[in-house]
Amino acid sequence: MSKQEQHWEKTRGLLFITLAIWFVFSIGIFLFGAEMQESSIKPFGYPLTYWFTCQGSLAIFVILIFWFAGRQEKIDDEFGFTEREGDQ
Amino acid sequence: MIKGKFIDNLPKIYGIYTGGFLVFIILMSIAEQAGMSKELIGIFFVSFTVLIYALIGWLSRTLQSDAYYVAGRQVPTVFNGMATAADWMSGASFVAMAGGIYFKGYGYMALLVGWTGGYVLVAALLAPYLRKFGCYTVPDFIGTRYGGNLARFCAVLVLTLASFTYVTAQINATGRIASVALDIPFNIAVYVGLASILMCSMLGGMRAVTWTQVAQYIVLIIAYLLPVFWISSNIGAGFFPHFMLADEVARIAELEGQFGFVKNSAADMATVPKGLAQITKAHSEVNATPWAFISLAICMMAGTASLPHVMMRYFTTPSVRTARRSVGWSLFFIFLLYSSAPMLATLSKISLMDPNLATGIIGKSIAEVQALDWYQNWNQAKLMFVSDFNGNGTLELNEFFMKGDAVVLATPEIAGLPYVISGLVAAGGMAAAMSTADGLVLAISNALSHDIYYKIINPKAETAKRLIVARILLVIIGFAGATIAALEINDILGSVIWAFDFAMSGLFFPLVLGVWWKRANAAGAVAGMLLGLGSGTAYLVWVKWYAGAGFLGITTNTFGLVGATVSLVAMIVVSLITEAPDSATQKMVDDVRVPSGKTILGKQ
Repeated sequence: MSKQEQHWEKTRGLLFITLAIWFVFSIGIFLFGAEMQESSIKPFGYPLTYWFTCQGSLAIFVILIFWFAGRQEKIDDEFGFTEREGDQ
Repeated sequence: MIKGKFIDNLPKIYGIYTGGFLVFIILMSIAEQAGMSKELIGIFFVSFTVLIYALIGWLSRTLQSDAYYVAGRQVPTVFNGMATAADWMSGASFVAMAGGIYFKGYGYMALLVGWTGGYVLVAALLAPYLRKFGCYTVPDFIGTRYGGNLARFCAVLVLTLASFTYVTAQINATGRIASVALDIPFNIAVYVGLASILMCSMLGGMRAVTWTQVAQYIVLIIAYLLPVFWISSNIGAGFFPHFMLADEVARIAELEGQFGFVKNSAADMATVPKGLAQITKAHSEVNATPWAFISLAICMMAGTASLPHVMMRYFTTPSVRTARRSVGWSLFFIFLLYSSAPMLATLSKISLMDPNLATGIIGKSIAEVQALDWYQNWNQAKLMFVSDFNGNGTLELNEFFMKGDAVVLATPEIAGLPYVISGLVAAGGMAAAMSTADGLVLAISNALSHDIYYKIINPKAETAKRLIVARILLVIIGFAGATIAALEINDILGSVIWAFDFAMSGLFFPLVLGVWWKRANAAGAVAGMLLGLGSGTAYLVWVKWYAGAGFLGITTNTFGLVGATVSLVAMIVVSLITEAPDSATQKMVDDVRVPSGKTILGKQ
C-alpha cells in the first residue's frame, strides 16, 4: 500500500469515529428524549433532555471539532503531508 | 492602509473597536438618564453601527480578484471563526430563534442541535478539502471536480435558489428592525436595510465582508448576552444564567400547570392580528416525537454543510490546517449565542408569567396591561395584542399574543431594563441580519460572475471587467431580494428553514461524494443536483398547497429529506451506469485528500 493510501485509510478511520460521536449526540440520544427527561441525572438542575438541547450537545460538538482537527494534524504529520510555507 | 500591517494588528484594532463600542453604550445610557428620547436612542444605535460597517467596507475596497473573491486567503483562524459566526447567525438566529423556542418549546430546539451539529460535518467532510482545492466559489469546485459546464451551471442554480430564499428573510429582518428602531414604514425600511448591506460588500467583496463581519459579530454577541445576564441577576435568578436557571425552568412548568393551556374559539382568534401567537406548548417538556425532532435536526445539519455562503468562508484561510481549526472557532463563537437563546426564552417567559415578579402581567387586569408603555408601542407595531375573551377583566395566558419575531426585541422592555438595552439589541439584530445578507448576496453574485460569466460566457474577460460585472450583479440581486422581502411571503424563521432544505436537496451529496467517492462522475452529479432539487421542491409544493399531510411525517420544514435521498440514489445509480471519471480526475481527487502541496486550481 502506498504512503498516500495508508494516509487516506487513517483519515477515513478518524472520520468514522468522529461521525459516530456526532451521531450519538445529534441523533442517537434524542431517540430517547422522553425517557431521558425523566432521568434523575440533572446537570445544573435542568431536566436531562432539555439540558442536552440547550448546552450539552452543542458543547460536545465544539470539543469534538477541535479534537478531530488535532488528530487529523497528527495523521498528516505522521506521513509528512503537513503543509509547509509557500505551499499555497 | 498597509495590508500586511493590518493583518498583524488585528487583535489591537478590534480591541480598540470593542472598547469604543462599550464607551458608546455607556454614553448612550448617560444620555438616556439626561432625558434623551427613546426614538433618538434607537436611531443613534442603528445608524452609528451601520456607519462604522460602511466605513470598514469602504476602507477594504479592492480591485484585485483574489481579494474580492477570497479576501486574499490570509484571514487568521480565530478571526475567520468570528466572521463565519456572524455570517452564519442571521436575523433568524438573533431575532427569531429564541421566539421560536419560546412558542414551540422542545420541537424547535432541534434547530439549536441542527445548526451546531452541522459544523462537525463541515469540518470532517468538506471544509479542509475544498480549501485544498483552492476554488473561488462552491460551483467552482463542482465544475472542476466533475468537469463540464452543465455540472457547474446546476450548482449555480441550486446555490442561487437556496441563497436567494435565505437572503429575502435577512432583508426582511433588517427591514423589521429598521422600521421599529427608526420608526419608519416597513416597506421603506426594507430599502434602508438593503442600502446598508450593499455599502458593506460592493467595493471590497469578500475582503470587505470579512472585516465588517468581525465587527458585526462583536456588536451582536454583546447585544445578545448583555440583556440575558442583566435580566437574570435583576430577577434574582443568578449572575450566570446558563448554569443557574433550573429553578426558573421548573417554576415556568408549575405556572403552566396552574394557568393551563386554554384553546381559544375560532371566532375569538379571528380578532387577533395575523401572525401573532399565544403560548400553547410547555416550556421544557419533551413535546415532540423523536422523529419530528430528529428529522428537523438532520435537515438543518445537512443544510449547514451545503450552504455555499458558509463554505466559502473557509476558502479565505491561509492553509488547510487553519481551515479545519477555523471551523472549531466558528462553532465556539456560535455556541456563545446559541446556548444563550433558550436562557433568553426562559427569562422572557418568567418575566411575563410570574405574578410574583413586578413585570408579570398574567393575572393583572386587562386595563392595567393596556396602559403599559411598552405594550402600547409593540401593539402599535402590530407585534403584540391582548383581548379579554372570557370577559372576567383579568389577563389570562391564552389572552396574550405576541409575534415570535418580537420576543428578543421586546424582552428588555418587558423585563424593565433601561431603553438603551433595547437600542443595543436592535443594533445587534441589525448586525446579525446584515452580516448574513452580505455573505449571501456575495455568494450569489460571485457564483454568477465567476462561474457563469467568466467560466462559461466570456473566459477571456480581464479582471477589471469581471469585478464590474460582479458588482452590478450584487446590486441587482440585492434589489430583487428587497422587492420580494417587501411582499412578506413567509416569516423569517420559516424562509430560513426552507433555504436549508433547498441547499441540502441539491448540493449535499454532490459536494460530499466529490471528495469521498472517486467513482462519482459528471453525469451522476448533474442527476443528483437536478433530481434532488426537483423532487424536494415538488414535495414542498405538494404538501404546502395541495396535500397538507405528506408522508412519513416529513413536513414543509423537512422536505430536504426527500430531496437529499433522491439526490443520493440518483447520483449513485447514474454514476455507476455511466463511464468512470478519467485518470486525471481521479488523480485530482487523490491530491485533494493530501493537505500538502499546491492547491488544485493553483497548478492549472
